[in-house]
Amino acid sequence: MSPSSKTSYLSRTVEQLQPSGIRRFFDLASKMENVISLGVGEPDFVTPWNVIEASFHSLEQGYTAYTANAGMIELRMRISAYLKRKYQVEYDPEDQIIVTVGASQAIDLALRALIDPGDEVIVVEPSFVSYAPAVSLAGGIPVKVDTDPAQDFKLEPYQLEQAITERTKAIILCSPNNPTGTVLSKEELTALAAVVEKHDLLVLSDEIYGELTYDDSHTSFSEIPGMQERTILLSGFSKAFAMTGWRLGYATGPKEIIKAMTKIHQYTIMSAPTMAQHAAIEALDHSESSVQEMKKSYRQRRNFVVKELREMGLDCYLPGGAFYVFPSIQKTGLTSEEFAEELLQQQKVAVVPGNVFGRSGEGYIRCSYATSLKQLDEAMKRIRAFLKTL
Amino acid sequence: MSVDNKKIEILELLEKDSRLEVDKIAKMTDLSVEETNQLISEMERDHVIAGYSTLIDWTKVLDYEGVTAMIDVKVTPTRGVGFDKVAERIYRFPEVKAVYLMSGAYDLSVLIEAKTMSEIGRFVSDKLSTIESVLSTTTHFVLKKYKHDGIIFESDDDDKRIMVTP
Ligand SMILES: Cc1ncc(COP(=O)(O)O)c(C=O)c1O
Repeated sequence: MSPSSKTSYLSRTVEQLQPSGIRRFFDLASKMENVISLGVGEPDFVTPWNVIEASFHSLEQGYTAYTANAGMIELRMRISAYLKRKYQVEYDPEDQIIVTVGASQAIDLALRALIDPGDEVIVVEPSFVSYAPAVSLAGGIPVKVDTDPAQDFKLEPYQLEQAITERTKAIILCSPNNPTGTVLSKEELTALAAVVEKHDLLVLSDEIYGELTYDDSHTSFSEIPGMQERTILLSGFSKAFAMTGWRLGYATGPKEIIKAMTKIHQYTIMSAPTMAQHAAIEALDHSESSVQEMKKSYRQRRNFVVKELREMGLDCYLPGGAFYVFPSIQKTGLTSEEFAEELLQQQKVAVVPGNVFGRSGEGYIRCSYATSLKQLDEAMKRIRAFLKTL
Repeated sequence: MSVDNKKIEILELLEKDSRLEVDKIAKMTDLSVEETNQLISEMERDHVIAGYSTLIDWTKVLDYEGVTAMIDVKVTPTRGVGFDKVAERIYRFPEVKAVYLMSGAYDLSVLIEAKTMSEIGRFVSDKLSTIESVLSTTTHFVLKKYKHDGIIFESDDDDKRIMVTP
């Protein structure tokens, strides 16, 4: 039978998902040669060697089978100890932690565990591209809240308050943020927590860039008094340990929520990759100095890129974390897409147009500085040349 | 951040790339170009920066012949100056690239580079062994350099990431 007998076999939810703007830029850039890419949302370091080595060892020891659904207990204990060390929050490794296939799967599991059709989830924009689609796929309604560039894209309590309705179940927060690099301070998180409490919401706190803050130490939403019971902390190994390809993340939170997430995980994924879990144990045990070194290098490159962009006349605030800068290109009179596309065609520098991350990202571009200084330097020269032609 | 921390940051950058331009160092470390220049001059003056060198993989240079050897040297220490005097007599030879005082089975480790194996042989038999306090030498020839001074020779540093990712 030919599929043409129906208009489409696809679910309406899937049909209505917008194709990612990131994908479009990837298609454009990958057809060209000698492109310098500032469009990459992942570390330019390879995974620390001791961590890679631990996965070899895992395979040599014959660990080629499934682990417990929630992940190896040894790893969950390490994650628990790590969070206690870093944020003074306690999570029981037995039933408050689940190891997932990247933070991506943790986001998906959390949403699927929480949402009934029609529930609203607040997504703060500019945001990581997956949040809103993940809410839709779980049957919920993403409610987008724009942040103000003049406030360095920090969500303010009144903005949150305005977006809340009867149907609001949760809010997804991300600090340090992708794409803006914005970090919310303890005070700012505490102010948001008051609203969260008042309206009895849950917070999905994506803290995957939590290790990567450059001026102040990172505050987890879970450490704000009263918030641990309302927080599902989502994180992983991709960014801090340069392990994007390993596909390993985790979620922690209230017992019944983690239990529900584990149930879905059990029927859909079974368990995260075993050798990656062994590598993650090594990462948590013995990679502090590698993380510090990568962090130092990111900070230096952040400083470099922000100064360069400002020198060429683009407004750019100094982001406190992650590895992105989000300069304004409004002065050029071009839209983000026009700017990014022209820059790519003329100077072969790939950046991601800010509107891909939501309406409030229009007029901005995301430049990742997770690229060698040499490449960054060349990219800055090319952007400068591009601006001169406008 | 304290001046000392800034100095360390500059040193680490220069250690990785001694040709890194001052204006880039300044931007990365959040200093002015003048401040950066000033700190670098200070550290040169104090011999914290002992020199600027270039790491070359000579095996990639056609027509270049060269041999590297590491020599374990046992010596009798001299009264009053210990190993320092004999070390000096060795490190003054220009073909000697490094000299370390070691704990364990021997006393000095001498790294030497020469054009040919026989030149190294001559250095060991004529110059090194004849020093009065040198008791014995064991010469190891280097067959291949994989990593030197923290730099991996012939490493594949290609960026394996795809062009644009979330
Ligand atoms: C904010 C944010 N959350 C989650 C992820 C996904 O991370 P993972 O590789 O752990 O799935 C990314 C990756 O870009 C991200 O930027």
